[in-house]
Amino acid sequence: MSSSTGKESGRRAAGKDTRAEQPPSGVPQPLLELRDLAITFTTSNGDVPAVRNAHLTVMPGETVAIVGESGSGKSTTALAAIGLLPGNGRVSNGSIVFDGEDITHASEKRIVELRGSSIGMVPQDPMSNLNPVWKIGFQVKETLKANGLPSGPQDVAKVLSEAGLPDAAARANQYPHEFSGGMRQRALIAIGLSCRPRLLIADEPTSALDVTVQRQILDHLDTMTEELGTAVLLITHDLGLAAERAHKVVVMYKGQVVEAGPALELLTNPRHPYTQKLVSSAPSIASRRIESAKQAGVESEDLLAPAVSKAASLDKIIEVEDLTKVFKIRGSWGRSTDFTAVDDVSLSIARGTTTAVVGESGSGKSTVAKMVLGLESATSGSIKFDGVDITTLKRKELFDFRRRVQPIFQDPYGSLDPMYNIYRTIEEPLRVHNVGNAKSREKKVRELLDQVALPSSMMQRFPNELSGGQRQRVAIARALALDPEVVICDEAVSALDVLVQAQILNLLADLQSELGLSYLFITHDLAVVRQIADHVVVMQKGKLVEQGTTDAVFDSPQTAYTQALLAAIPGAGLVLPPEVA
Amino acid sequence: MAWYIVRRFLQLIPVFLGATLLVYFLVFSLPGDATAAICGERGCTPAVVAGLREQYNLDEPFWIQYLLYLKGVLTFDLGTNFSGRPIATIIAEVFPTTARLAIMALVIEAVFGILFGLVAGLRKGKIFDSSVLILSLVVIAVPIFVLGFLMQFLIGVKLQWTSPTVSGDATFTELLLPAVVLGLVSFAYVLRLTRTSIIENVNADYVRTATAKGLSRRRVVSVHVLRNSLIPVVTFLGADLGALMGGAIVTEGIFNVNGVGNTLYRAVLNGDGPMVVSIVTFLILIFCLANLLVDLLYAWLDPRIRYA
Repeated sequence: MSSSTGKESGRRAAGKDTRAEQPPSGVPQPLLELRDLAITFTTSNGDVPAVRNAHLTVMPGETVAIVGESGSGKSTTALAAIGLLPGNGRVSNGSIVFDGEDITHASEKRIVELRGSSIGMVPQDPMSNLNPVWKIGFQVKETLKANGLPSGPQDVAKVLSEAGLPDAAARANQYPHEFSGGMRQRALIAIGLSCRPRLLIADEPTSALDVTVQRQILDHLDTMTEELGTAVLLITHDLGLAAERAHKVVVMYKGQVVEAGPALELLTNPRHPYTQKLVSSAPSIASRRIESAKQAGVESEDLLAPAVSKAASLDKIIEVEDLTKVFKIRGSWGRSTDFTAVDDVSLSIARGTTTAVVGESGSGKSTVAKMVLGLESATSGSIKFDGVDITTLKRKELFDFRRRVQPIFQDPYGSLDPMYNIYRTIEEPLRVHNVGNAKSREKKVRELLDQVALPSSMMQRFPNELSGGQRQRVAIARALALDPEVVICDEAVSALDVLVQAQILNLLADLQSELGLSYLFITHDLAVVRQIADHVVVMQKGKLVEQGTTDAVFDSPQTAYTQALLAAIPGAGLVLPPEVA
Repeated sequence: MAWYIVRRFLQLIPVFLGATLLVYFLVFSLPGDATAAICGERGCTPAVVAGLREQYNLDEPFWIQYLLYLKGVLTFDLGTNFSGRPIATIIAEVFPTTARLAIMALVIEAVFGILFGLVAGLRKGKIFDSSVLILSLVVIAVPIFVLGFLMQFLIGVKLQWTSPTVSGDATFTELLLPAVVLGLVSFAYVLRLTRTSIIENVNADYVRTATAKGLSRRRVVSVHVLRNSLIPVVTFLGADLGALMGGAIVTEGIFNVNGVGNTLYRAVLNGDGPMVVSIVTFLILIFCLANLLVDLLYAWLDPRIRYA
């Protein structure tokens, strides 16, 4: 499965190669060229440079990817090319040349002319980029109309069906909220390509979508742009995805282009230290169990097999049996229908190991986590923690149970109280559970901060002064405050940039071997699973479709669904020399 | 949708019953003899008083009085006020004036509020925005009777652009000044609400996408920013319509408008129980209907809202 997609993307890249080398005029002229571009934002604290000396060339029909973490200036650079910088941003130096024309300081009128018809855009978040109060068809129609193209209902339907939207004519009469995320992104792609632009700026076009949907959408985008001969400027944080889709990759770091070159060359032979770090920590490329590095000293080969046999002999800390959760959904006329979010799921976690629950949104994985945490009641089935069924616990017993099972949630911005400083945040569970006195609690907080590699000077700071990675460390410290036996990580690294993600995963692995923790790791990201889990449970639409050891599931997936999930990991099809992979 | 509207109308029944009961009880509990209000300072003969008590069921216990009143309302007979005129006729006489005044005020506050709010929101932090904000604050802060008398004096008396008071005909030109005064405070609120809403929406992702599609600035603002920004404004305007229809006691008083507010004010002063109860009930019904209208408008503006 994965090898065939590899060939496919290889073919695509080759196809683009030939076109780029033989432009119609005979002399290759870049379609878009950014020369020494600098972008500055004016804030109340003075001018802040966001991008410096950015250099970038896109040839006609070529796909170029800009890769970087959030705040690297990758989106800003691309938005500048289409004159969409926010109000306080401006191009302070350098030039933007589109098709031989300097548009750096072009008039508003000229930019409006270029937008849509010459330069299209597919934005990042399909949920917020369609106007919720207008029908999809209207939003396509006005695009065609504004760019002087025929905009009858059949033209709108044609544009939508080209983007792979089934039953387009009827769908055009629906509102965005009646569409799924994938369908919305298809509509946005339809809009972006509707006027046949020569350049398409795709700003993280699929980062908000499930991995299998992501693959479909990107495949479709590839096919369409190839057919139309559209050049694509792809912005992404995912190096694997960039390498797979683009012909050329530009790596940006802190507002500067640090490296640029052909995709595979950059992956196999990264020269800049940042690119090297990026390549080595990209989960989609360097997929291996993190712990293996630590255990390497003890056991050299076949790391997982002994770990699993050891785990099997150990007791199960959590055993979930026939767990079912049914929600009532209110319908019209006061009727309600049942929605089975979790359907007869059984799984277990051996003490000191990590079990990952993988699935797309709507698979019920987070509901499982909530029930194991005792935050949601089970409709039927049992959850045994250390042999005791928690679904029957009384208030007081539940309180004690919560000490032993702690959560870490996805959003490090939302899960910390902004009014609590870091000390109070970490100390709160200790206080709630009456652990020790003020003095011993402070000592404990210092220890915890030390464990998660944060300086104790951080205690008086507030969450808004911390970076995303630092906040997630605080969340981990808070989870560990009560010396729990099990930590439930619900998408704990999904919101983090790839380098920070790697740090946090390493930290979790270290803490596991130090403290003998058991993890239940809920994630949609299979690449992360490979790095952290011993055991994998795959869920689809509330049902458990496959489970087994990580190696077994990754090397010989049994069900078609798991195979599809694995094949959809960006970069899965890349074949890299062994020293990198 | 049809079911939703039916249900909303059914909800009017308990609201109507509760409101009339409450108002009736309050009027019933007023100290003093109701007949004293009718007879004035000279007083009536005991026979006349007894006749009046008979006519208005004043000797019956509270529950009987209330049920008799309800029976009258349900048979479309609102009874007579203490001067002996049919209440239904009085309401039919004064309500059109108030309705006209209210609609004029609503149009003024909506048109100018949204227009100024839009421009201020799009030019956030610029001089127009700042001055409009200060102006609206002044309008909100100064009591309405001060503004009312001030404008009546300046425009009606000094400049004589329009008549300072409203005659019985209540023509359009006569009502213009009262309508401006009546709409002034809401104008300030509409302006501020629109401005905030515009500022919020202008940075929305879909607005950026609309710009990227190649739409002109004018179209982006009118199609993508304005409609979305109007959703909270419409809610406010609808609620305000209910309040304005209820008659502006102060404004109608200043400009001597023979409307619902003035009539209610006189009825309260006279202790005219049947009149007060009837007008208040009528206003409550109007308010409920205005709210229903807002909810339907809301669903029309925002397709994500569907009533079932």
